[in-house]
Amino acid sequence: MSKSLNEILSTFNGNKSELIPILQDIQSSIGYLPEDAIIEVSKFTQVPESEIYGVATFYTQFRFLPVGKKHIMVCKGTACHVKGAPQIIEGIERHLDIKEGEVTFDLEYSLESVGCLGCCALAPCAMINEEVESNLTLKDVKKIFSRMKNNSNDKES
Amino acid sequence: MNFNELFKESVEEYDSLISGVIPVILVGSATCGKSAGAQEISAAFKAELEEQNVMAEVIEVGCIGLCYLEPIVTIIKEGMPAIFYGDVTSKQAKQLVNDYIIDNNPMIESALGTFGDKQVEGIPNLFDIPVMKPQIRRILRNCGFIDPDNIKHYIAMDGYKGLNNALDLKPGEVMEKIKLSGLRGRGGAGFPTWMKWQFFVDSKEDENYLICNADEGDPGAFMNRSLLESDPHSVLEGIVIAAYAIGAKEGYIYCRAEYPLALERLKHAISEMKKLGFLGENILGSGFNFDIKIKEGAGAFVCGEETALIASIEGKRGMPRTRPPFPTTSGLWGKPTVINNVETMASVSLIMQAGHDAFVEHGTQDSKGTKTFSLVGNVKNTGLIEVPLGTTLKQVINEIGGGIINDGMFKAVQIGGPSGGCIPESYLDTKIDYDSLTMAGAIMGSGGLVVMDQNSCMVDVAHYFLEFIQNESCGKCVPCRLGTKQMLDILTDITTGKGKAGDIELLLELAGGVKDGSLCGLGQTSPNPILTTIKYFKDEYNAHINEKRCPALLCNELINYQVIDEKCKGCMLCFRSCPVGAISGSKKEVHSINIDKCIKCGTCIELCSGMYNAIERVHKY
Repeated sequence: MSKSLNEILSTFNGNKSELIPILQDIQSSIGYLPEDAIIEVSKFTQVPESEIYGVATFYTQFRFLPVGKKHIMVCKGTACHVKGAPQIIEGIERHLDIKEGEVTFDLEYSLESVGCLGCCALAPCAMINEEVESNLTLKDVKKIFSRMKNNSNDKES
Repeated sequence: MNFNELFKESVEEYDSLISGVIPVILVGSATCGKSAGAQEISAAFKAELEEQNVMAEVIEVGCIGLCYLEPIVTIIKEGMPAIFYGDVTSKQAKQLVNDYIIDNNPMIESALGTFGDKQVEGIPNLFDIPVMKPQIRRILRNCGFIDPDNIKHYIAMDGYKGLNNALDLKPGEVMEKIKLSGLRGRGGAGFPTWMKWQFFVDSKEDENYLICNADEGDPGAFMNRSLLESDPHSVLEGIVIAAYAIGAKEGYIYCRAEYPLALERLKHAISEMKKLGFLGENILGSGFNFDIKIKEGAGAFVCGEETALIASIEGKRGMPRTRPPFPTTSGLWGKPTVINNVETMASVSLIMQAGHDAFVEHGTQDSKGTKTFSLVGNVKNTGLIEVPLGTTLKQVINEIGGGIINDGMFKAVQIGGPSGGCIPESYLDTKIDYDSLTMAGAIMGSGGLVVMDQNSCMVDVAHYFLEFIQNESCGKCVPCRLGTKQMLDILTDITTGKGKAGDIELLLELAGGVKDGSLCGLGQTSPNPILTTIKYFKDEYNAHINEKRCPALLCNELINYQVIDEKCKGCMLCFRSCPVGAISGSKKEVHSINIDKCIKCGTCIELCSGMYNAIERVHKY
């Protein structure tokens, strides 16, 4: 981990203005912002850890816990809301037995809601890793999970 | 190579592709197309072409805006107009290869429309179909027609001609043309673009910045995403023209991280611009130097506000500050900074390509040109549209949108996102221009139009926006931080049956305080969804507060689910699917719902609707 962190930092100069891009790069390679990484970033940029924490907590993109292998982001935009996103979120919560913002015990799935994915014309929608699923119904929720389960079983066997 | 040679070469290349012997298959592959399965369709075409050993070029293009018909495919064959097909399946892709590409049967029954000089009997012209007819496509002119990853396609469509024209003029002359076009900022507030630029020029500092705001955070709006994914160069050209006109040295595009495809296309587009000399040192031999960097947003709605956006680029928490000084005097790193929206930039390149006279052909006295909108919610034809400013809401919803889905009743249209408002049926003749919308209590905003039907509860809508705003409030100033929380608490009470007399008055009082006392635009406009829903839908508030009834039967605390005995066929589908086992019954016998167990998740209604419609929501009280 520390090696990849060093690799990331070596692409920056250590200016304060690079703080957000640094955190974004760390998160995209490690999956979250571990405490050790923040300490290293603080040394590198000369920005106090508390301030880095302040910046990181301000933006919804950053997280301090790892996400599941399949990270589900359900859109909570206006169009999705009008077309039943709250019921979809509840449906996924029931299916995975976790709440919004949590990760399943086996670290397979994590769930969060996002402001708007910009697929409003095909609402309600969700993004699983980088793939967008659209026109969701509660029936689709079940189908998507059984499909993902089958896919990961295929890979393992 | 000079620009004219490059233009000639690009036109030749594009023409030989489009009018050549080898058929071309364009697959709409913006985010909406991809989510509807565009990649599988591309793969299906390629597989069948290989199987049949036929030559054809499969190209991923952007979005023509008919999102409800995605995946959309366009086939161009020699001697034929381009033919558009919607809702294409892998099976149809196979069929199109065999029937149309190999044989000459254009599958009229599946075709949407044609584009080009020639006609095919039985297929209308694409721009004559009802959803397209009222539209004027200027900003979106290339979307869905060109490969966004190929700069030469853009050049062949007169792209960068605007920049070439601008560089032949003095910066002040370019500014004059933008002034004559009457262009107003497309980000929401509608401030005259030239005036913002003039303030910047007047500040006369050597170090300065130009920022293109692509932090499209309004929920329910995706115009910028679609444009950046489908025609990124139209925005980038506008940025370079603007930089030349105002003398900016460095440029940024601040784009949301939630738009991975837009970011990818922007990065690619910028590298192509550099190769051909549209960016960097001595642009097109003019001696003008300018560079653009991409900054990824990290998820904060408030960063759409200019001063918050600047703080974010500086690596800080994205909190707004008081204005004045305005960013045009003191912005990024304390230096003069102009911030323009994505569509404003695309309008600049359009004006410099086609001339300001062509731009003012459309629009009203004070709102010139066309504007893109994302038309979504409960209308039949959802998608990205472009209409002249001054078009009425009714035309947009009924003609382009095709009316309400499932032949439902129109209730309201939400325009302008969390800062906008809900407009009722009686105001549908309102013209879409900056001033008329403000008069109606909404704002133009960036262009999200969310249509709601009788199943939408207007108190819930107000609650939804307040929850959003309260979440996104940066917390710097008290009226916004605490005021939105108090308003949200009251709305939660109302939607859960705990509303009491005086709540509406208290909401109005708080709304006034938040409006007058907040530091930035986010706080100042945050009461708009409440104010407009109280103004136009007060009876819904009263029903929730006084009778504990939700007229739309949406607020879960105020309703129950029940089986309609005479419609239930006892099929057991709901019985088996209920996640909490609240439904009892046996085969061919009428089921019943135990309301103490029922969590009102909607699973049973979804399953039964379209079959027997035997489950309904009823008022609890």
